[in-house]
Amino acid sequence: MTSQASWWERLRNNSLFWPLVALALVMGFNLLFTPNFFRLEIKDGHLFGSLVDVLNRGAPLMLMAIGLTAVIATAGVDLSVGAVAAICAAVATRLVGNVTDVTATPLPLVILVTLGVAILCGLWNGLLVSRANIQPMVATLVLMVAGRGIAQLITDGQIITVYYPPFFYFGAGYLLGLPFTLFIVAAVFLFAWLITRRTAIGLFVESVGTNASSSYYSGVNEKNIKLVAYVFCSFCAGIAGIIISSNVKSADANNVGLFMELDAILAVVIGGTLMSGGRFSLAGSVLGALLIQSVTTTIYAFGVPPEVVLVVKSLVVLFVVLLYSEPMKVALDKLARRKGVQA
Amino acid sequence: MRNLQIDRKYLPLLVTISLFIGLYAFGIVQYRGFGSPQVFFNLLIDNAFLLITSIGMTFVILSGGIDLSVGAVIAFTTVFSAYMLEELGLSPAIVIPTVLLCGVALGAVMGAIIHFFKVQPFIVTLAGMFFARGMCFVISTDAITISNPFYRAVALFRIPLFGKSFISINVVIVLVVLLAALYLAHLTRFGRTVYAIGGNEQSALLMGLPVARTKILVYTLNGFCSALAGVVFSIYMLSGYGLYTNGLELDAIASVVIGGTMLTGGVGYVIGTVFGVLIQGLIQTIIMFQGTLNSWWTKIVIGLLTLVFIGLQSVFSAQSRTRKAAARRRDTAPVADADPVVAARQ
Repeated sequence: MTSQASWWERLRNNSLFWPLVALALVMGFNLLFTPNFFRLEIKDGHLFGSLVDVLNRGAPLMLMAIGLTAVIATAGVDLSVGAVAAICAAVATRLVGNVTDVTATPLPLVILVTLGVAILCGLWNGLLVSRANIQPMVATLVLMVAGRGIAQLITDGQIITVYYPPFFYFGAGYLLGLPFTLFIVAAVFLFAWLITRRTAIGLFVESVGTNASSSYYSGVNEKNIKLVAYVFCSFCAGIAGIIISSNVKSADANNVGLFMELDAILAVVIGGTLMSGGRFSLAGSVLGALLIQSVTTTIYAFGVPPEVVLVVKSLVVLFVVLLYSEPMKVALDKLARRKGVQA
Repeated sequence: MRNLQIDRKYLPLLVTISLFIGLYAFGIVQYRGFGSPQVFFNLLIDNAFLLITSIGMTFVILSGGIDLSVGAVIAFTTVFSAYMLEELGLSPAIVIPTVLLCGVALGAVMGAIIHFFKVQPFIVTLAGMFFARGMCFVISTDAITISNPFYRAVALFRIPLFGKSFISINVVIVLVVLLAALYLAHLTRFGRTVYAIGGNEQSALLMGLPVARTKILVYTLNGFCSALAGVVFSIYMLSGYGLYTNGLELDAIASVVIGGTMLTGGVGYVIGTVFGVLIQGLIQTIIMFQGTLNSWWTKIVIGLLTLVFIGLQSVFSAQSRTRKAAARRRDTAPVADADPVVAARQ
């Protein structure tokens, strides 16, 4: 009986357990109630279906969630991811220009400059947090507010539409029958995973998140770790911005990445990374992002007005946050122990 | 000589007020017609809702928390009021208390979750923001025009002042809220407890102060203020729409910060927030008078201004820390003004 309890305990404590259960529930619900949700078709050598749709649409969110995981693990938060995506979308479309089939700037340069801008945004956030010692929430709030203004200035307040097909490949192209966005997400995830799990950087990030001053005293350069986390987060948001603008073939400074910071935070929290920093799970965050996207897709599939999605999401956030909260954990542990005693 | 010396705790407040006067003087010198009293009264009329919600936000930030739901609550209030007035044909005597009650209830629930489940305020109020924003669209996806005679009468009523200038009833509501807030913050036990919790929650608890009750009350008060701001805003706009006041929470937080309140809690004044809002209004007015600048510059300038003030805060708090340490080394009497609780009592 004890072995069973400890097995249950181990499973319950695995950071991927709850997001997987939730994802399974949503998928099970779809299996029963949404017709054709699991049907995959091959059209023109591309894979089509709701599942592929979830993966493709969820790509920007997954990227942001991966980036945000690093920041939240250092006990910070980045509210500016949506605004950074908007700035990058504006920069990218501005560089491509709106002439049919012609780009004003070579495509590799477009990508390099756009990601450079994203890194600049990250440096700004990171320096404010690590060097000026401003609370992360407030420091990134500044870019969240000013960022949309900056994006507006870049686009001159217009919606920039692009007509250069190669640029569309990032958001709407296919590679080996699968959406190209998936390969971008996989590459970023692999990069983040290797850096954090195969070098000491992951450990440093966790130690800074757990206790910044004690990591400083044990020789970890906590300021630079924080700086790198914010730069990485903005970098991911920048890629998301490129994907979004390439997917809709335009950039609208007002709407690119709007409210996505909230979705991204939710994805990270669902993934088991605590807002108070410390241990983090990249895979959990990706699962969290997938969960949010599949809930959204499911709600749409039912013809529910998109507005209700916000209400549902808010209740999901609340439920998840309460589940992870300290008093709840104590109560759950007590419950588990009582069961053990009875057995 | 002592009378000439300004207490250091008023320094951030003085910076804010000087900035306001400086900007106002700049406007008068630079643009024709800026000096007309109506320009100033328009600041109050156009920012009435922001003033009310920022005053509520001041209490939340003073207690060391944050509330991101205010913009959404205001939007919800406009939509729900418009829906009840127009679609259900209810009287304002029922509508106004109902929406105020909704704000109070949402605030109380969020406060209770923040306190009892020990969840960070920003994530709970983020959920509250999603919820309120979503409920707007559940009620109506389109803007609803308010044609209720009472609302129209209130909106069009002008209280004449000297010369040709006038204020609206909304401004009177703001003044009442401001007086109540000043009384609450500086002359009641509740106000002192808010300052004490913001200074150090653990100490406040050990001092036997009602931390739980006060924290929940602070969010409830802010819920009430945002709902009231929503009523004022629906009178101002004479319609209800779920996309109203998007991102207003940031304006409110910026006002509080520019007004000299520490984001870490425990230090600040309600009156500073008023000047914070007025400064934002002035920047907007100046950009309007200027005529050629993109209105998005307002957002950028306010973002930078907020940053400057946060920077100032770190400088001030670093200074007060060194002074405190120096005082301790000299083994003199404790420096009273560095302690928020003592400061609030004075």
